[in-house]
Amino acid sequence: MEDLRKAAETNIKEYGFPVAIDEKSGALQWVDMRELHLKYIISIENIQEFFEGLRDGKLLATKCKKCGELFFPPQKDCPTCMDSDMEWFELKKEGVLETLTVIFVRPPSFSAYEPYTVAIAKLDDGVRITAWLRGDPQKVRPGQRVKIEIAKRKEGYLMYEIVPVEG
Amino acid sequence: MAVAIIGAGQTKFGTRKDVNMPELAWEAIKQAMQTANVEQKDIDFMVVGNAGMWSSEAAVPALMYEYGKFENVGSMRVEAACATGNAAIRVGYTAIESGEADVVLILGVEKMQESPNPTVIELIGRFGSYFWEFENLGLTFPGYYAIHATAYMAKYGATEEDFAKVAVKNHHYGAKNPYAQFQREIKLEQALNAPYVAWPFKLFDCSPITDGSAAVILASEEKVKEWGIEEKIWIHSQGVGTGTANLSRRESFTSLKSASYAAEVAYKKAGIDIDAPYKYIDGADVHDCFTAAEVIAYEDLRFAKRGEGVQLVREEQTYIGGRIPVNVDGGLKAKGHPIGATGVSQAVEAWKQLLSKAENGRQVDVKNGRYLAHNVGGTGHYSYVTIYGLEKPR
Ligand SMILES: [Zn+2]
Repeated sequence: MEDLRKAAETNIKEYGFPVAIDEKSGALQWVDMRELHLKYIISIENIQEFFEGLRDGKLLATKCKKCGELFFPPQKDCPTCMDSDMEWFELKKEGVLETLTVIFVRPPSFSAYEPYTVAIAKLDDGVRITAWLRGDPQKVRPGQRVKIEIAKRKEGYLMYEIVPVEG
Repeated sequence: MAVAIIGAGQTKFGTRKDVNMPELAWEAIKQAMQTANVEQKDIDFMVVGNAGMWSSEAAVPALMYEYGKFENVGSMRVEAACATGNAAIRVGYTAIESGEADVVLILGVEKMQESPNPTVIELIGRFGSYFWEFENLGLTFPGYYAIHATAYMAKYGATEEDFAKVAVKNHHYGAKNPYAQFQREIKLEQALNAPYVAWPFKLFDCSPITDGSAAVILASEEKVKEWGIEEKIWIHSQGVGTGTANLSRRESFTSLKSASYAAEVAYKKAGIDIDAPYKYIDGADVHDCFTAAEVIAYEDLRFAKRGEGVQLVREEQTYIGGRIPVNVDGGLKAKGHPIGATGVSQAVEAWKQLLSKAENGRQVDVKNGRYLAHNVGGTGHYSYVTIYGLEKPR
């Protein structure tokens, strides 16, 4: 993309337009001059306790006061009861590994990281959690015990991780 | 009101830097209109499947209205991730079935290569639950399916080699399809030695980033009769299912619940025995965005019992001559996967197969006169199973 942009900039002067030849096909391309940067602003107003919990070392789910269903990721509303009367419930942070993958081809926004392992574990409380798995992915297997630990990411903020339990 | 496909067209899939969005779309539209022998004025509704984001144009239906000189036509753009094309067919099919429309143009088009690959990887990773899976975890699209692949391997003993065999088959047929992105065979070792994308998937386990378009003309039974159209196939049934956004909210990772539900609905409506559906259909296009997805599809579609899909691969039962030929157009893997065009291209393939127009070496035996298309958006976030047939549905 950088090469194309440079060629286009040169070609504005020489050819009169921001164009470049596609290397593989030889076809003439117009190189868009309008760049779009996307960054979303996402509301966490109704689940702020979850993040406060992480700061206190707790992993929190929401629990419907009426029917008792646990929701993780936490959500504001119980669709069964059509009710939003929820309480916060502290998960035990222990469970069983179900499946995993190692992301080798990373999105550019994750390029600062080495290949990372994403896993799904079923917690003893009954809900499942998706998170990065700490440690060597070749040394774990589905069915083994794991715990959830809260740690700081490279960027400096808190996030939960799946950590294999020894033995 | 029964609904028929009376015309079909498709571009070559792949890198299409030689054309812009309307030019690419028109290639398929023109073929579809010519095979159906219809003019712009005959079409009263136009549905465009286009996931977009990576391409510059957003208002594709209006763009094509202008470029193709359509008149007095309603239109809309439809999106259901990788099942976008079948969602577009769904809208046209139900519009005719309900009597709202007589003749509908379905266009599936995607120009993914208008954006550089890293941008596409970034955007396609969002076809799940953004906040809990991508924002903090960077779970990429191959990663979503890899989560399923490893669960399948752990439960049923499938290997990376089994998955690679799916790629070998699909490249084998892609080599015989002049519209495919990759028209070359691959060797098992080649697939096994390629670099990892998202373990256990390597390069050849993954469908490519593709430009392409496909189009079909749908018409009501009444129009078919009025115009005396002989060359046609019918939509026998369609099942649609939805899955959770978060993978962590699912009970199982060795199947896609939305797809098995969609299959059940489609089989029941078409009067097909759900215990041995392969006895009723001549072939299938299944959503092989990743090799393991094809194996899981065999089971969700009940071509094999749970855990035995991998057996079909090992015994080459999904080649022509086997239990049921699957993806003899090369599949998403070798034909290419231009998101919005994929589902429509499956309809084009059903048209070609049932009317015995497929190229040499990839024509199935048409005995039952039925063909199945299985199109999955996201990782089972949306599933469409469509059954096409030569005979008018009862
Ligand atoms: Zn409740």
